[in-house]
Amino acid sequence: MSSSSVASQITNIGQAVRSRIVSALRKGENFELRSELNSEYRDRRKEAVKRVIANMTVGKDVSGLFTDVLKNMHTDDLEIKKLIYLYLINYAKTKPELVILAINTFVKDTDDSNPLIRALAIRTMGCLRVSEIIDYLCDPLRKCLKDESPYVRKTAAICVAKLYDVAPAVTIENGFLSAVQELLSDANPMVISNAVTALVEINDSTPDQGVFELNPPLVNKLLAALNECTEWGQITILETVAAYVPGSTREAEGVCERVVPRLQHVNGSVVLSAVKVLLRYFGYINNPDMESQLARKMTPPLVTLLSSAPEVQYVALRNINLILQKRPDILSKEMRVFFCKYNDPLYVKYEKLDIMVRLGNEKNFDHLLAELKEYANEVDVDFVRKAIKAIGFCAIKIPGSSEKCINILLDLLATRINYVVQEAVVVIKDIFRKYPNKYEGIIPTLCKSVEIIDEPETKASFIWIIGEYTPRIENADEILEAFMENFGQEDAVVQLQLITAVVKLFLHRPAENQELVLRVLKVATEECDSPDTRDRAYLYWRILSTDPQAANTIVLADKPTITVDSHALPADLLDELLGELCTLASVYHKPPRMFVTADARTEVVSATSLASARQTQRPGSSATPSAAASPRHMTSPPPSSASAPADNDDLLIAL
Amino acid sequence: MASAVFILDVKGKTLIARDYRGDVPMSAVDRFMPLLLEREEEEQTAIPVMTDQGINYLHVRHNNLYLLALSRKNSNAMTILLFLNKLTEVFAEYFKALEEESIRDNFVIIYELLDEMMDYGHPQTTESKILQEYITQESHKLEVQVRPPMAVTNAVSWRSEGVKYRKNEVFLDVIESVNLLVSSNGNVLRSEILGAIKMKCYLSGMPELRLGLNDKVMFENTGRSSTRTKAVEMEDIKFHQCVRLSRFENDRTISFIPPDGEFELMSYRLNTQVKPLVWCETVVETHTGRIEYMIKAKAQFKRRSTANNVEIIVPVPDDVDSPRFRCSIGVVAYVPEKSALVWKIRQFPGGKEALLRAHFGLPSIKNEEAEKKPPIAVKFEIPYFTVSGIQVRYLKIVEKSGYQALPWVRYITQNGDYHMRMPDPIRSSSRLPPI
Repeated sequence: MSSSSVASQITNIGQAVRSRIVSALRKGENFELRSELNSEYRDRRKEAVKRVIANMTVGKDVSGLFTDVLKNMHTDDLEIKKLIYLYLINYAKTKPELVILAINTFVKDTDDSNPLIRALAIRTMGCLRVSEIIDYLCDPLRKCLKDESPYVRKTAAICVAKLYDVAPAVTIENGFLSAVQELLSDANPMVISNAVTALVEINDSTPDQGVFELNPPLVNKLLAALNECTEWGQITILETVAAYVPGSTREAEGVCERVVPRLQHVNGSVVLSAVKVLLRYFGYINNPDMESQLARKMTPPLVTLLSSAPEVQYVALRNINLILQKRPDILSKEMRVFFCKYNDPLYVKYEKLDIMVRLGNEKNFDHLLAELKEYANEVDVDFVRKAIKAIGFCAIKIPGSSEKCINILLDLLATRINYVVQEAVVVIKDIFRKYPNKYEGIIPTLCKSVEIIDEPETKASFIWIIGEYTPRIENADEILEAFMENFGQEDAVVQLQLITAVVKLFLHRPAENQELVLRVLKVATEECDSPDTRDRAYLYWRILSTDPQAANTIVLADKPTITVDSHALPADLLDELLGELCTLASVYHKPPRMFVTADARTEVVSATSLASARQTQRPGSSATPSAAASPRHMTSPPPSSASAPADNDDLLIAL
Repeated sequence: MASAVFILDVKGKTLIARDYRGDVPMSAVDRFMPLLLEREEEEQTAIPVMTDQGINYLHVRHNNLYLLALSRKNSNAMTILLFLNKLTEVFAEYFKALEEESIRDNFVIIYELLDEMMDYGHPQTTESKILQEYITQESHKLEVQVRPPMAVTNAVSWRSEGVKYRKNEVFLDVIESVNLLVSSNGNVLRSEILGAIKMKCYLSGMPELRLGLNDKVMFENTGRSSTRTKAVEMEDIKFHQCVRLSRFENDRTISFIPPDGEFELMSYRLNTQVKPLVWCETVVETHTGRIEYMIKAKAQFKRRSTANNVEIIVPVPDDVDSPRFRCSIGVVAYVPEKSALVWKIRQFPGGKEALLRAHFGLPSIKNEEAEKKPPIAVKFEIPYFTVSGIQVRYLKIVEKSGYQALPWVRYITQNGDYHMRMPDPIRSSSRLPPI
């Protein structure tokens, strides 16, 4: 006991020494950096700024060097300027009072002769989100919106959206909204597309303000810019046009004609946005010929999306899944392109599998099933199971294929691979439900797998088949008795099926099975925890004891056959999602309200409300995860600007 | 729009990050790896788009890096993923190899690029050639401060003015990759050609180019009988953004002002029922204690062409030993780390056949676990040949200074995803007949 405490004391001392050395080193580094930042030599100062940023990148807290870094801000060296601006963006939230010191340089930079610097300054000021900056931002922004360089104007356009986010009233008062609206008529396509971007952003945050209302001449202007702006600008414009409701069929047709060439663009997002516009406008054009012609043109570009990077393919496939639920004609002849490649990631394979089954029909099911069979023999368990499920879907969806499906499933049962058998039995049950009394000939083969069956769903499926076909299975009672042995330990699904199956057996052959049925009902009502199981057992017991004839009509009634409709999305949801092509909603197949939560945007900080801002800043939301000291630092009193850097390091040691 | 972009190492540690919108806490990145692993546990695969507590995580994987974007709104997922891919391309062009080391070494320029390529979560200029004109690794001297090149915001955003060459030349490479999937019983399940026309442009000024191909649709439109030259029907064509799409839509003319230097002018795709160029017939026999392969490879193209650097990669079980090979041409090697034998044929002339027999020992205790069944993969290159039959008929170059420029054209066909599924092994005690 004492020896261990001595040992722990020694390690404690060791740790203390080590931590002192570490903090001394850390202090040393910031100390050294400070003197370097104030060096008289330009090169050393530059090197020091780079090291500060390097430390910031790896998550070390270098906010203590704020004033020293700021001293270097006024420089002609563009690289250094950019790094310091970056530093400001990073620490503006925690040190808003110091950002004010930088304002002078910012404002001066927006007047620089070099457009690169003007744009950089206006771009960075927009990112600071400090309320004091806002007052100083307005004049330079107004100038930049009318700058002679399109590079500055396109940056200023986005800056208006940034400003609106933190200070909508200021934006409106200063007439920035109308200034951006004017930029829609700019000569430069990139300025136009950024103006659209800004207006869409503003409109999204306050839709009732009518900031961005499209009309035919404006749509015309946007479509004209489409040819010349960057791929990203094209996407913005296409998205905007997709949301526009054309006034006449003529206008709608005109838009379609001008959007169609975008299908040839190399950027998949441009292509998909164009598809979105066209699908949307199908509702407005009243011309079946044109519609089918346009639909035909969509097919090849959609197929080409499958040659992209796997992550992009994934999004494309999720979108294609939606498109073909609405317009199966677009890809009806293209099933083969969705065949899985050996080296596709699984997330791509799953999506392809789903689409393949949707595209299956009476004509192509031979190919489809041959392919599914191949997948069912691979080694990725989940993929194999999905492939077997797909075979079941195919059997139910395409009556002509059911025979072939059953044969493949029998082959799979013969492999006796555990997970293959489990899935195959479940699928066979579904086929039995769809085609009653058609394939009962395979039941003896099925029974050979009984000892492999161990998953609840599979057991339940198997028992259901036995119960349903008792008249034709001589030893049904033996099989069911075998399952009775562990009745208490089975899952509720298995128990429920077992009760029903035994009751069916009893109704068919009452004489020999009275004892069995009584035993099941007794165990179920007396020993089971699951209320569902007990309830069902009571129900059967009462029916059987009061009116066995009623039991016959209820339990042995014809069941409705199953369909694969449950596989499809409801029509109104589908339409909503088609309006969201390309977006996250189209990937999740969920409407945005299901996953977009209220904006938890970090507040605009202000030097005057600093104390309260610090309190709201939780440790978890610190921008520098590995700087363990920064959250604690938050609670310390605001340092006076002159001595701030020094006592920051002392704090670290004290803790 | 992306709220923030991160580059993470393979363990999910942040190497570099940029917050664009300030509407998600940067600490949300800590949830990424656990989320990814959770989904992997559930579905055995790392899904690229996930949502958790109102934050959406979109990522692409590149070598040992994750490029991750976070978003709070219902953003354009396609755009974000394509942008992340674009980032990897641009970084790769700047630093040759994009990996952990090059990220750490170049953090300054990466910050600069992240700042320039995206503003407030919206992609801006992403043309690496243009970016390289004003974001460079050499520090900027006082006297010559860089300015944004005109091209950044021009209608012609891909070419700067004032390009000068002493000798004006254009090189065209027509490259076709064949994707093929053959079932284990020898049926072609899928066959498609992905073609690309790559250009190296060394032209002065602002040249106007027009490219003529033996495009079937254009031949039909112009009423030209396609008897003289065989025309090709391309199913889908994608163009570099320099090509005027509306002009192409109107009359199938490919007209453009090219970027300077190397770029991909267009790509196209066609599904064809052409004979697979390199065909393999495979027989596998297992015996107690050994496994034998007999592979007959055929070069199914015209005699005047030759396939170069052919590699036929045949998967074998993980636990084989004592390989023995015999082949009519080429060399064979067993590559245990790939669990495959690789048969290399330097030159494989059209119309020829080649035979390989391979023999491996198998441990007497059989591996109980199910083995993966990878397909046979084939690599090859056939110069001076395109499977589709596409031809460059002309390339017209007009520049206002009126210089003469020479176009050079090269054709090559190579393998893409070229896979043939392995037949099931025949279990028999008899030996294969001798060759």
